Amino acid sequence: MKILTRSLIAASALAMVSAVPALAKTFVYCSEASPEGFDPAPYTAGGTFDASAHPIFNRLVQFKKGTTEVVPGLAESWEVSADGLEYTFKLRQGVKWHSNEKFTPSRDFNADDVIFSFDRQGNTGNPWNQYIAGITYEYYNSMEMPSLIKEVVKVDDHTVKFVLTRPEAPFLANIAMPFASIVSKEYADTLEAAGTKEDFNNLPIGTGPFKFVAYQKDAVIRYAKNADYWGEAPKIDDLIFAITPDAAVRLQKLKAGECHLMPYPAPADLEAIRADSTLKLDEQPGLNVAYLAYNTTVAPFDNPKVRKALNMAINKDAIIDAVFQGAGQAAKNPIPPTMWSYNDAVQDDAYDPEAAKAALEAEGVKDLSMKVWAMPVQRPYMPNARRTAELMQEDFAKIGVKVEIVSYEWGEYLKKSTEVGRDGAVILGWTGDNGDPDNFMGVLLSCAATGEGGANRAQWCNEDFSALLSKAKQTTDVAERTKLYEEAQMIFKDQAPWATIAHSTQFVPMSAKVSGFTMSPLGDFTFESVDIAE
Amino acid sequence: MIRFILGKLLYLVPTFIGITIIAFGFVRVLPGDPVLLMAGERGVSAERHAELAAQFGFDKPIWQQYLDFMGRLLQGDLGNSLVTKKPVLTEFLALFPATVELGLVAIIIATVIGVPVGVIAAIKRGSWFDQFSMTAALVGFSMPIFWWGLLLIILFSGILQWTPVSGRISLLYFFPQVTGFMLIDSLISGQKGAFTSALSHLILPSIVLATIPLAVIARQTRSAMLEVMGEDYVRTARAKGLPPSRVVGVHALRNAMIPVITTIGLQIGVLMAGAILTETIFSWPGIGKWMIDSISRRDYPVVQSGLLLIAGLVMMVNLIVDLTYGLINPRIRHK
Repeated sequence: MKILTRSLIAASALAMVSAVPALAKTFVYCSEASPEGFDPAPYTAGGTFDASAHPIFNRLVQFKKGTTEVVPGLAESWEVSADGLEYTFKLRQGVKWHSNEKFTPSRDFNADDVIFSFDRQGNTGNPWNQYIAGITYEYYNSMEMPSLIKEVVKVDDHTVKFVLTRPEAPFLANIAMPFASIVSKEYADTLEAAGTKEDFNNLPIGTGPFKFVAYQKDAVIRYAKNADYWGEAPKIDDLIFAITPDAAVRLQKLKAGECHLMPYPAPADLEAIRADSTLKLDEQPGLNVAYLAYNTTVAPFDNPKVRKALNMAINKDAIIDAVFQGAGQAAKNPIPPTMWSYNDAVQDDAYDPEAAKAALEAEGVKDLSMKVWAMPVQRPYMPNARRTAELMQEDFAKIGVKVEIVSYEWGEYLKKSTEVGRDGAVILGWTGDNGDPDNFMGVLLSCAATGEGGANRAQWCNEDFSALLSKAKQTTDVAERTKLYEEAQMIFKDQAPWATIAHSTQFVPMSAKVSGFTMSPLGDFTFESVDIAE
Repeated sequence: MIRFILGKLLYLVPTFIGITIIAFGFVRVLPGDPVLLMAGERGVSAERHAELAAQFGFDKPIWQQYLDFMGRLLQGDLGNSLVTKKPVLTEFLALFPATVELGLVAIIIATVIGVPVGVIAAIKRGSWFDQFSMTAALVGFSMPIFWWGLLLIILFSGILQWTPVSGRISLLYFFPQVTGFMLIDSLISGQKGAFTSALSHLILPSIVLATIPLAVIARQTRSAMLEVMGEDYVRTARAKGLPPSRVVGVHALRNAMIPVITTIGLQIGVLMAGAILTETIFSWPGIGKWMIDSISRRDYPVVQSGLLLIAGLVMMVNLIVDLTYGLINPRIRHK
């Protein structure tokens, strides 16, 4: 709390603050959105995972703090068979489950919990598959787990074996994601017996650094330190999420000392935050990309030379300055530079309107008019798509290409942009789920992702490119995979299905008293290592 | 009087059916699709989309979806949220008290200040007070709520530090919800300072929410008073030599109150609209913000059932207002 004021109201407000002795160390995070629920498997929002998967649960393998490197979690070690089809995990012993009013664990974490955690998502016959009516497991499905996992076998109490239907190099990174959090089989059994299955989602029991205490919908989530945590115990005693949807209000709360850390500041506020000595601002390149996807099935955009000519006409630096306010870097590859296998040798199509104009003429393209689609919403990778489209409109006008900017409601936009015969180039982007290059290139650019409803909005199917991705996906050796992805990026640039726009920078403002917070490239907010100076 | 009440209640039946059609249709008329919004940039394959749509019942013809909705409604089932998967009624009940608490305090502020200001402005017509208060009311009526709320936060919470920025109570207090009304629960909890904290958190949001209704009530009171003050019976009361306080208080005000009460009743709808923005700015966990979030995610069950619950409550309030007229004015109840 900052130093006070002269008024009566303030005096009473302060009396109330000091009335409670500051025994426990409480960390308050002004989160942005309410969690959808506390079971990580059925949900997809990052804000939900920050409230559930990260504080309360663990995965077999996890991302090392501040990186996308996969490190041991509830599995101490693992072995992969030579054919890449069997992953055998040695489980950590002595890991305690949380307890609450309804549940006191009789045993530690073991193989049954692992099998239960996956089976309930993949097996529709599992009584917990539909423990809430209408529940779906979107991440489990979209990471292709149903077709990938053949079976999960209990070798002994502390060893489980995943048998896959095909070699899949990103598998470890995939099961480090929140949807693969390990839940308690014993807790599920207890709730089933009590007939209160829905508590599995409302009163979560995990193995993570914080225990769930209470949630008041849309207002406050409370957690307490897990003193029995198997990893390094948190330095704070209590963790509180104060749900504050508006960015300007979050900043006011941070300044007033009502919280210690906030996500997603408004770009316009960054200057003021830097100038405030009671605050500090962490920043990091985000694991994201913003792009303009041509429809490569429609003339003249089916011609790579036309696409490259258009790419040369876009002044990316101007977009970074005007739209990202400098908080980003021009993109040349479909993956961000912080990701392994990023190919820095790729030459970008340099900004050159004259050359672009000449290139278009050489291809016999005259009086071209096209549509540019601008998203109606702000996303972490794109602060203002409309403004970006306007800048492109000016750029393209310089080479004699007329641009009409179109937009739709967000859900419509997502849908219409996947239509095969779509008219126009689409501004969109992507934030990585797990740090694997396949999570960008495979999801967004492979042949399998073309077609209506797919994420390949360029409808770009290049056999060579897709073959490289498939090969990389089946190769476990990282050095070899790196080579394959580097080669794929060369093809990508040469064929130019997208104009790569930018990789945005992420910012986290916090009180100057906070120490030990590490930004996650995946955009997660985790607090087990934070501390507050008195 | 009983016939009067029954007549009013009978009116509600077709209104209610009309509302179910509007509530059901409204969210479906909007472009967008909840399945696509959930999938986001990743997209969703045509097969998976069909699977999910079938699971949510969106594959059925629209009239059948409506009949299903009505069928469940008659059994008291309002459906489950597509996003949180929780029963709509559970979510509504968890959030509703916060909106009521804020709305009640706001309407009390608006009435307690608005009515006297309107009366004084009418009595002192043309005075500086009249001109000033009516100009202020005009400004208040046209106030953009979002901007106004943020301005008050920056001034009173940021610069002066008199009030907390947002939320319902200091995070230091943690007690079980009994009634859902923070002012009452904080007293029940017996924790020292909890009530003061809850009250201090109510100040800014209730002022922001009260602003527009206050302006409307003040202006309405003034014009109703002016009209009544020119009536013959007021002149007669004056001629009888009654003191001005009795003329205004008994003869004029009571009659002027009828349109004012109508206005106050109608402000409930305005309050709901204002609550959407006020709740978002002040991180107030109420149904205004809940509805807006659900609309943007096309959470059909929440939007349709939520609208229905809100409309039902507004209807109840209007019914009570109608009945109040009957109490004030016997001519209405005998008509």
